[in-house]
Amino acid sequence: MTPLTRLDGIACPLPLANVDTDQLIPARFMSRPRAAGYGEVLLHGHRFDADGKARAEFPLNQARYAGASILVALRNFGSGSSREAAVYALVDFGFRCVIAPSFGDIFAANAVNNGLLPAVVPEADAARIIASVEADARVQVDLESQAITAGGAQFGFAIDPVWRTKLLNGWDDLDLTRSFEADIRDFFARDAAARPWMPPRRP
Amino acid sequence: MGTPQTLFDRLWSAHAVVARADGETLIAIDRHLVHEGSHHAFARLAEKGLPVARPDLTFGVADHYVPTRNRGQGIADATIRGMVEKLEANTGRHGVRLFGLTDPGQGIVHVVGPEQGLTLPGLTIVCGDSHTSTHGALGAWSFGIGASEVAHVLTTQTLWQRRPKQMQVAVRGRPAAGVGGKDIALTLIATIGADGARGHVVEYAGDAVRDLSIEGRLTLCNLSIECGARSGIVAPDATTIAYLAGRPWAPQGRDLEEAAEHWLGLASDTDAAFDRSIVLDAAEIVPVVTWGTSPEEALPITGSVPDPSRIADAARAAQYAASIAYMGLRPGQPLGEISIDRVFIGSCTNGRIEDLRAAAAVLAGRRAKVPGLVSPGSSLVKAQAEGEGLDAVFRAAGLEWVESGCSMCVGMNGDVLAPGERCASTTNRNFRGRQGQGSRTHLMSPAMVAAAAVAGRLTDARPLLEGRPLP
Ligand code: SF4
Repeated sequence: MTPLTRLDGIACPLPLANVDTDQLIPARFMSRPRAAGYGEVLLHGHRFDADGKARAEFPLNQARYAGASILVALRNFGSGSSREAAVYALVDFGFRCVIAPSFGDIFAANAVNNGLLPAVVPEADAARIIASVEADARVQVDLESQAITAGGAQFGFAIDPVWRTKLLNGWDDLDLTRSFEADIRDFFARDAAARPWMPPRRP
Repeated sequence: MGTPQTLFDRLWSAHAVVARADGETLIAIDRHLVHEGSHHAFARLAEKGLPVARPDLTFGVADHYVPTRNRGQGIADATIRGMVEKLEANTGRHGVRLFGLTDPGQGIVHVVGPEQGLTLPGLTIVCGDSHTSTHGALGAWSFGIGASEVAHVLTTQTLWQRRPKQMQVAVRGRPAAGVGGKDIALTLIATIGADGARGHVVEYAGDAVRDLSIEGRLTLCNLSIECGARSGIVAPDATTIAYLAGRPWAPQGRDLEEAAEHWLGLASDTDAAFDRSIVLDAAEIVPVVTWGTSPEEALPITGSVPDPSRIADAARAAQYAASIAYMGLRPGQPLGEISIDRVFIGSCTNGRIEDLRAAAAVLAGRRAKVPGLVSPGSSLVKAQAEGEGLDAVFRAAGLEWVESGCSMCVGMNGDVLAPGERCASTTNRNFRGRQGQGSRTHLMSPAMVAAAAVAGRLTDARPLLEGRPLP
């Protein structure tokens, strides 16, 4: 995974609460392999009308937010379905950071596993950042100092310290876990005596 | 005596393999359930040339994409067929037991787990599906995970976790007839919000929860994710043990007795501490329906669509206005005047036998004014319902009785609403487009959906249940 330390780019406002993962990527697009790319179907129902025409009023379709790498939304972003494809869609579209007052727990974990920063800000700050990017879309996000700069103002953001380290270094859990193989083996050996009823009884 | 422990404290410490200084703990996973949507994770394994570490603890279920009609004729849609075949190939390659399309035990993963006795108290259970919280009804710590985590569990049978906070939801008293697990859950979500339990494991307690059947507890735990909690749990008790007796994959005889002794000792100590506690009075709960596009946008059926112009909080008013516009409703419109186009009865939330009995109790001898689909939660539930003659009740009412799968809960198999159509549904998400592009969903209990079918609009099921024996 590519490490993430600092972003300096265009931020796109999405002044909506409860943007669930069904909105981020509708179920009908989820059978495609990752290599096919998920960016074009991001927020499909918001970006396109029933005839597939782009909705001009939707921020993501506007030229001034073209090439955005930062998304700013309202509370409970990424709630709902555990579909990691919601994160693929954001990442493939070009996003490296979502700023919001709160995130669905599963979405946030998925985001970090794909190098996408879920930056938590107070509700009032989310509204201020959205107002600011509507005037000037250029925003800086510094993961090291946990600071957002928008429209000349600074905002702090929260991130789980372990996730921060993972993102800063571009670490993948799998490599780390494999160094604990012996501990895992020992655990299951001990556990077989402690909880003999754990394994499924094959009928 | 040490510090008082919660049920979750005990589950956590029993599964901690290694604790890192930064607070992350490697958790051992006892059951891993995979479905068609797990294709990304299997692809990752193939890329890295890695095996499945514990095929004996991994189980596959075909549910998200399976057709609900004409199954004998194979799957016509190539993409959908590809998804089901990919699951067959991946589980076959790695020696994972699959409850596939033609297996008599096939069904929705969160119905199949408990029904087969794969779900047991004291286990950790994960699945790449957010409603994995369901399994907590039996006293397991269960939670939904993403594809990267699925790949991690497949290859290591573990996951890194940070200890979640704990919330106790105590439901006291006795609910009125016709009020059940779904109404309790929707009331809770409306009270604390769709993100109210974010970061928490929710333990459901209180006499109203104790009095619930396992089916009712499964519904309650299933909906935990709709208030943001990755897991919901209920302490195992005599009801739990009785439910597990004779389940194919559960311990039996003396083994079950020994296990039961352990399980009954898992309950939270009476003086154990929770980070947050909520108390609900069951007697005050009225059948609930959702009016908006988030499960938190729910009200008693006796209420009206909120009026955003009367809401002081600007953000909340804007959210409600957007939901009302999408749903095609009027501020102030009485909920009982909302006409529907279609009904759906099924899903991992309300597709179990008790749910079908409740819907049938309303529908018996009546006709539905709108078309609708009834898809049982599993093929075994379907067989049982047919044995009880429930299928005949649904058919006589004019509803379609089909095979088991996720079906119209998520629409991946092609069972979808037309754009703009309004559905009374026993499912779990009223999200925009969840039941198909432009779909409008109202969530409620099976009895309430059945009542809506009879009336052609949202309505209180209780008068329709009068004089009828409730299951
Ligand atoms: S029935 Fe719906 S919520 Fe349940 S597993 Fe299937 S898609 Fe998910």
